[in-house]
Amino acid sequence: MSATLETTKEITILFAGDSGDGIQLTGTQFTDTNALFGNDLSTFPNFPAEIRAPQGTLAGVSGFQLHFGSIEIFTPGDECDALVVMNVAALKANLKSLKKGGIIIANTDGFDAKNLRLAKVESGVSPLEDGSLSNYKVFPIEVTKLTRECLKDSGLGTKDIDRTKNMFVLGFVLWMFDRNMDHTVDFLKEKFKKKPELVEANTKVLKAGYHYGDTTETATTRFSVDKAEMPKGTYRNMMGNQATALGLIAAARRSGLELFYGSYPITPASDVLHELAKHKNFGVKTFQAEDEIAAVASAIGASFGGALGVTASSGPGIALKGEAIGLALMLELPLVIVNVQRGGPSTGLPTKTEQADLLQAVYGRNGEAPVAVVAAATPADCFNMAFEACRLAVQHMTPVFFLSDGYLANGAEPWKFPTEDELPSFKGNFATPSDLKDGEYLPYERDENLVRKWAIPGTLGLEHRVGGIEKQDGTGNISYDPDNHQHMVNTRAQKVANIAKNVPLQDIELGAKTGKVLVLGWGSTYGAIKAAVKDLTEEGHSVSHAHVRYLFPFPQNFEEVLRSFDTVLIPEMNMGQLRMMIRSEFLIPAVGLNKVKGIPFTKGEIKDKVLELLDQLIK
Amino acid sequence: MAEVLNGAMTAKELETDQEVRWCPGCGDYSILKQVQKVIPELGIKREDIVFISGIGCSSRFPYYMNTYGMHSIHGRAPAVVSGLKSTNPDLSVWMITGDGDALSIGGNHLIHLLRRNFDINVLLFNNQIYGLTKGQYSPTSEEGKHTKSTPMGSLDHPFNPAALCLGADSTFFARSMDRDPVHMRDVLLRASQHKGTSMVEIYQNCNVFNDGAFFGFTDKETKKQQTLFVEHGKPMIFGENNEFGIKLDGFTPVIVNMDSASADDLWIHDEKDRGKANILARFYGNPASEGELPRPFGIFYSEDRACYEDLLVKQVETAKEKFGDGDLNALLRGKNTWTIS
Repeated sequence: MSATLETTKEITILFAGDSGDGIQLTGTQFTDTNALFGNDLSTFPNFPAEIRAPQGTLAGVSGFQLHFGSIEIFTPGDECDALVVMNVAALKANLKSLKKGGIIIANTDGFDAKNLRLAKVESGVSPLEDGSLSNYKVFPIEVTKLTRECLKDSGLGTKDIDRTKNMFVLGFVLWMFDRNMDHTVDFLKEKFKKKPELVEANTKVLKAGYHYGDTTETATTRFSVDKAEMPKGTYRNMMGNQATALGLIAAARRSGLELFYGSYPITPASDVLHELAKHKNFGVKTFQAEDEIAAVASAIGASFGGALGVTASSGPGIALKGEAIGLALMLELPLVIVNVQRGGPSTGLPTKTEQADLLQAVYGRNGEAPVAVVAAATPADCFNMAFEACRLAVQHMTPVFFLSDGYLANGAEPWKFPTEDELPSFKGNFATPSDLKDGEYLPYERDENLVRKWAIPGTLGLEHRVGGIEKQDGTGNISYDPDNHQHMVNTRAQKVANIAKNVPLQDIELGAKTGKVLVLGWGSTYGAIKAAVKDLTEEGHSVSHAHVRYLFPFPQNFEEVLRSFDTVLIPEMNMGQLRMMIRSEFLIPAVGLNKVKGIPFTKGEIKDKVLELLDQLIK
Repeated sequence: MAEVLNGAMTAKELETDQEVRWCPGCGDYSILKQVQKVIPELGIKREDIVFISGIGCSSRFPYYMNTYGMHSIHGRAPAVVSGLKSTNPDLSVWMITGDGDALSIGGNHLIHLLRRNFDINVLLFNNQIYGLTKGQYSPTSEEGKHTKSTPMGSLDHPFNPAALCLGADSTFFARSMDRDPVHMRDVLLRASQHKGTSMVEIYQNCNVFNDGAFFGFTDKETKKQQTLFVEHGKPMIFGENNEFGIKLDGFTPVIVNMDSASADDLWIHDEKDRGKANILARFYGNPASEGELPRPFGIFYSEDRACYEDLLVKQVETAKEKFGDGDLNALLRGKNTWTIS
């Protein structure tokens, strides 16, 4: 008997297991397969900070959530339709996010006495057998046993054989959700191209998993999700950190500058370094510095020499870079600082997401030190905003922060990628010997936007000195003159404020241009807010969504947009940082929805808050 | 390399219009003068020269050199020069630092600069005191030193810069002093010719907060007894009338009286010998004390080793040869796409 195929509009599936079970890879493969099929999608990998956390324990559970559909998808999904668990700990940690009646695909070999003990199941009875899962559709599969059986003649050791068991699960999932194995087979060929025996073993296990679904009567229903109706064009799947790296390379190419990337490894920013290091044929120079301070200082040195200096880190590393960012501001050199935010303070939650470094970016330096700040809304948007950070830094000769976060960094979505010609081009305004006046060069002479020129060492006649000490405007010579300091502080503030003239106006993402509630977001809350506001507008509520990408300075029409609504609600994965900025800048009594749990907002949380506000407005 | 313009630039042309603001009598003046004298002899165009400093008295130096310059932040000059040299390998880059800047707040960066061996000239002005902050002990101050921050005497064991740098696999280490301009000139010339990080420690007198720290090495009465000027291929001889020599007894340096020894028995200085350079670096006691070794000056060690920036450029070239000049459209497109029509 073959299973019936049921068509559905969207599926949320969560893969979970030990952090050594290959969960992230399984999730990524299934994601790519769906992306290539033509679904819209959003992902949320969630893993412990430890590389190989204690096996079988709740603390060691790694998860990968995928939401894909034939409709527009904004978030990785609030609740799951299907849960794939490699052991009892994975089930225990994630059952709460499974819908009633949802599917559980369980590796029964991860439910033995040892695993029950490790996962602290006090009764000692497997939940697969105690009736507690009667509200779900459970598919228990002896994955480990079947994988070993499949490869018993392969000549591989047990350890190697067991490492392929995620392919069995993937095969079964591909069958259950009506997808073919082609992409994964190609992937395995590429990944193990130097070890053909592993290509063969993994492919064999993958197929075994697929056919297991097909030939056994485990499941009577399969699910199919049609292609999504997305704007015409060619797409690829894109993750946030990769998009950031590509945005930097594209900006270097479109400005004709050499990209220098000084960085010190830190979660969750390191993948940007890894990606850039692969592309030295673009003239990219990556420098793994001895520490965070050297990373930023080397980027400043590169910028002084006429390159596009970029550094990246996460919160703790950004804290260390503070003094040097102030130096870049004083030197008036381009510098891009990428902060892939994670849970803080201090070491905080390295692998979890948060948006609590906004005030650090905007205000976190000694002295009056304005630095421009932009932020990406979605994984693929990291490309646009990393590019924008470079453009603004070069055009305004000033440091610019680009804020991403752990959720964007590791999340993925379909990306209708641009071609080179579709990207804007921009140029550094380099000084030449023609800028000499009576044989003298004034390094701090400014244009109408108060921007100085970039005078590169090696250029005849433009020898000049710059430094972190307060300087006389024009000459750049050291000056302790009181009026000059006031003048320079005002000048630097105005210079950064002028950036607002060079960024797009704030638009309304969804909903009317005026109304009762504006849900204002920044960064990775985009998907959850958009999904919530879409539901609410369809239900007839007066709610709109605006998402601000230019956080300092704000777009020129920003206040006007905010004042077009009775109430402004700002959901943030912090305790109210943008809200504080909006209140202090515009005296608008914005309301916060704040959460710092290391996980993104759900659509439901935002909807509930908006409905509560609408209710209050009526009263 | 930069184009050679022999003698086209004078020391005078390297001065800026900025008033030099070190304290009257500071040893820094002598170093500035020698650098301005030496640079025109190098045949490097002025626009290709960059001076980068950190923070401290010495670090004001770039403002007095009519070249490109940056007065950066405390301790971080090694990182700034690393980035600059990575992207502009042809520039002649000089890093000016002090004992606090290089060995305390910037200690980490210094050792990494040395192991990477960027082609930089580092002038470390060692005055064994914090001058700009008005007189606290530094990482090279002697144990027990009484300063404003150590009224009962410093508890810190001092760094030995020569041993530290050689320990970090520095490819060039030399020592000179402000009060011996002729020697300093020679050392600076050699340092600038060395391809790699040329580390020059210069004893510099802070006449306000640590006056006379090095007088034993500079005063006529004591200089010849307390110093040892090493030269490649020459025996190690010192003393008022060259009456003492240094001999190696296994790994142990021993002072011998030349009355009872011949030059052939002595340690012949070899700049290329890392092992012996490490022994020389350990001549660090107080030479005024009975039986202590004299303090060495000159080039301790010089080695040819690939420079980071050259390797980096080569890697970029190799990547271009292997994968072709970067094609942005192909990169943006990636390997797996799907089309919605």
